[in-house]
Amino acid sequence: MDANDRKREIEQLERDVETLRRLVHKDAQTEAELERLRREVAELRREFFEHLDAWQRTQLARHPQRPYTLDFARLLFDHFSELHGDRAFGDDPSIVTGMARFAGRPVLVVGHQKGRDTKQKLARNFGMPKPEGYRKALRTMQLAAKFGRPIFCFVDTPGAYPGVDAEERGQAEAIARNLREIMLLPVPILVTITGEGGSGGALAIAVGDRINMLENAIYSVISPEGCASILWRDAAKAPQAAAALKITANDMQQLGLVDEVVPEPEGGAHTNHEETARILQEVLSRQLAELVRLPPAELLEQRYRKFRRMGQAFRESYAVQARG
Amino acid sequence: MAWFRREKKPVEQPTPPEERRVRTEGMWTKCEACGQIIWKKDLETNWNVCPRCQHHFRLSAVRRLELLLDDGQWVEHDGALESTDPLEFVDTRPYRERLREAQQKTGMADAILTAEGRLQGHPVLCCSMEFGFIGGSMGAVVGEKVTRAAELALARRLPLVIVSCSGGARMMEGAISLMQMAKICAALGRLDRARIPYISVLADPTTGGVTASYAMLGDLNIAEPGALIGFAGPRVIEQTIRQKLPEGFQRAEFLLAHGFLDAVVHRKELKSYIASALDFFLA
Ligand SMILES: [Zn+2]
Repeated sequence: MDANDRKREIEQLERDVETLRRLVHKDAQTEAELERLRREVAELRREFFEHLDAWQRTQLARHPQRPYTLDFARLLFDHFSELHGDRAFGDDPSIVTGMARFAGRPVLVVGHQKGRDTKQKLARNFGMPKPEGYRKALRTMQLAAKFGRPIFCFVDTPGAYPGVDAEERGQAEAIARNLREIMLLPVPILVTITGEGGSGGALAIAVGDRINMLENAIYSVISPEGCASILWRDAAKAPQAAAALKITANDMQQLGLVDEVVPEPEGGAHTNHEETARILQEVLSRQLAELVRLPPAELLEQRYRKFRRMGQAFRESYAVQARG
Repeated sequence: MAWFRREKKPVEQPTPPEERRVRTEGMWTKCEACGQIIWKKDLETNWNVCPRCQHHFRLSAVRRLELLLDDGQWVEHDGALESTDPLEFVDTRPYRERLREAQQKTGMADAILTAEGRLQGHPVLCCSMEFGFIGGSMGAVVGEKVTRAAELALARRLPLVIVSCSGGARMMEGAISLMQMAKICAALGRLDRARIPYISVLADPTTGGVTASYAMLGDLNIAEPGALIGFAGPRVIEQTIRQKLPEGFQRAEFLLAHGFLDAVVHRKELKSYIASALDFFLA
């Protein structure tokens, strides 16, 4: 069953209990019975959201009402003022960057931006950046580093745009340069995967000192659909691929690839942007306080070691043949 | 060329035609570019370049090192590293099986060799990728070996040469493969700031997460003629834009024209090209 169908079913149960409450004659026994029903449905709902599988979370991560970077810019920061353009080719609307204040401190905000309706989606290219987007991100991050300002990244993209123009302008080079250069910026960088962490297109602005992941966000080397169509030769096997790829926030934490999983309001971040931001703000405030204390050299050393340790999924056991 | 002459005189040939085909099978290959029938031995001695049209066939990781390193000699580093199958990944087959099969086929633990040797006298570290090992894909082993190579190059101030030949990140290791990109780029950043030469050679094909990390970060990015180089694969792009791709799109010459390569170099000149670059950087 689709996650949304199951959710609708639970919502229907909730309404039924409510209707019963209004209709039946109220004596002590039916009161107690109704209360029992209400609690059971609430438990169902809690369980539903706790035990979402990878594919169900993928649907939540892609929910069109999920908070996007500009929502976080408004809810977590004051005085956000956008910075445009890569100073080389153009301004990519699928990545937004801007100056802002976080608890009074000047900071830079960088993130993918998706649209909600068809017109916005097209304008934002479905949150799929082209090289100029990644170059804008690097340019403004270098600017922030120049003036000692911490950087907050919000990651939510299906992936870097796979198009002719993006290839012509060096999509791969833009991503690679970001990875190398962001690694060396001597200011605190706090990354939050808020929705879809779509492969290299996500990673290109997801290198930093703390990597957080919202509870229902996903992070993957390839989309479940893409993986299914290559390995299973059937895009309809996406739910299986999603499970096999281990893409959920809990998976990522168990693999040691993210630092913290940030809880979402019950039902998912899209049900309550304010509450989502409030929970995230506590995490980010605490992390920033930890990071601003570190001298830049120590910050960079810790960042290097953090990524150096990731994904040590090998053993030294192969019997090498003499060669050369 | 004995076989060829015998084919020309069918009358003196006692073997029935069918058997003859069986016996010659596997000794000849057809150039995928010009259609020329080439004797495989000739192709091998010509470093897998078509003698007629100069089409560059794929070269194995070992042959690549033989091409680049003096006297075909080197010391291998980190050769024992093999994958632990961290996701216990199964699609239509277990990843473990695919790994074992690739190891048997290539005689390698994973998709890359790290070699220390000399290149026209210059001591170098050279990483060479093997496309025959699960499409040259990058998982934890490739990521770790490239990172160690960069760190060793930094510690010993040795120039680093990486020959890429890869379809990109290895799906079967999920986000662990993805994070190798960040890990490698971090190490290359330190190498860059220490002003130690890093030369990236892009062979056919170099795509996905390999292009979007180390393959594009050379002090020089050099490609072989006709090599397919890109971030997204051509099929993915075609499906996205629903149009036929322009002729020569994502080929080495296309990238050269768009400013992402320093040079497109014929395989036979590759070694001397790299050597002169090292002279420029280090002499
Ligand atoms: Zn040919």
